[in-house]
Amino acid sequence: MEILKPAAAGTLESSDAMVTVEPNDEGAGIEFDLDSVVIHQFGHQIRKVVMETLERLDVKDVKISVVDKGALDCTIKARVECAVYRANDQKSNLPWGGAIR
Amino acid sequence: MNPNKKRLRRTMMFLNCQKPGLIKDPYIYKPDSIMLDLEDAVAEKEKDAARYSLYHALQEIDYRGVERVVRINGLDSEFWQEDIRAAVAGGADSIRIPKTESAEDVKMVEQAVRAAEEEFHIESGRTLIMAAIESAKGVMNCLDICEASERLFGIALSGGDYTKDLQTHITGTGVELMGARQHMIIAARAAGVQCFDTVYTDLDDMDGFRKDVETIHAMGFDGKSIINPRQISIVHDIYTPKEKDIIFAEKVVKEIDAKSALGIGVFTVDGKMIDIAFYDGAKRTIELAKASGVYKGDL
Repeated sequence: MEILKPAAAGTLESSDAMVTVEPNDEGAGIEFDLDSVVIHQFGHQIRKVVMETLERLDVKDVKISVVDKGALDCTIKARVECAVYRANDQKSNLPWGGAIR
Repeated sequence: MNPNKKRLRRTMMFLNCQKPGLIKDPYIYKPDSIMLDLEDAVAEKEKDAARYSLYHALQEIDYRGVERVVRINGLDSEFWQEDIRAAVAGGADSIRIPKTESAEDVKMVEQAVRAAEEEFHIESGRTLIMAAIESAKGVMNCLDICEASERLFGIALSGGDYTKDLQTHITGTGVELMGARQHMIIAARAAGVQCFDTVYTDLDDMDGFRKDVETIHAMGFDGKSIINPRQISIVHDIYTPKEKDIIFAEKVVKEIDAKSALGIGVFTVDGKMIDIAFYDGAKRTIELAKASGVYKGDL
């Protein structure tokens, strides 16, 4: 899936994460930036969840920033998916159980 | 029939799907059901975000047996069909229809739920439906609404919108809700479905809340919508049969079984006249005691 425009999802409230995506040059890959209150304990896990989610959504070139406030994996996934679909302007007929899982 | 249709639903706690902190662990408070809200609590521009959170919460959080009901957006909105797809795909137990005014509303949702079950390979008939009544028209059409679908397990009063439609307001006395409550419980019982009362929003008035719950319990309601974990224990306390009631119900059931075998129709238990008319009520008390985890007998 292509990132057509900058988009964000989430908040800076406790147990949430703010995810921002921006288009990246074709072939430039994924540029990932993480700020987390638990970066030393869970930074690796958060990165893994973000990368796996982007892979499922078939996003190859993107600048993605995550500000984590202690979100569960399921919240991180939800915020990444929301930001990506917003960047793509797709609002209905979403692939629940497919690319979104 | 889906076995969950008649499950115990004393408390249904509203939770805003827009807030991950609220939906991650509400089972610790042990409500009977949670109401994962995609409608009024969620800001218009966050409807999509709430849906992704809902789907993953349903898929990944173990709610430990607490029923997961999803309140979708109104049928006059652009959101409700995608809400149903996300909820059914996620494995929600039930869909709550807001602002239900007719049997057609229920049938429209039933059709979308059936299509989503098919699309996502969910067992047919697994997802139940409940209808929120929020207007005078909805109250007047209650019986039709209750009988509109085999999936419909109950109806719930939504007092805020209903009183606006009636051109009054919540007074705290319950007088403005009296007619709707009475009409709804009668319609629900006539159709054989459950009936739930509206929320009590004044969290500083726990005495008022207790009186409100005592009133709807006496009227026959199956439970109450709640907005705060502090309200749960009060509802469960009022709805759990007391020991003396359980003992009496046991005696009634056993005596009616024994006496009817002997051809005796009317007799006394603890000085009270008893006949077959008391049987179903006594059985219900035993079933409620079992469901509440306080029954120690052998019936």
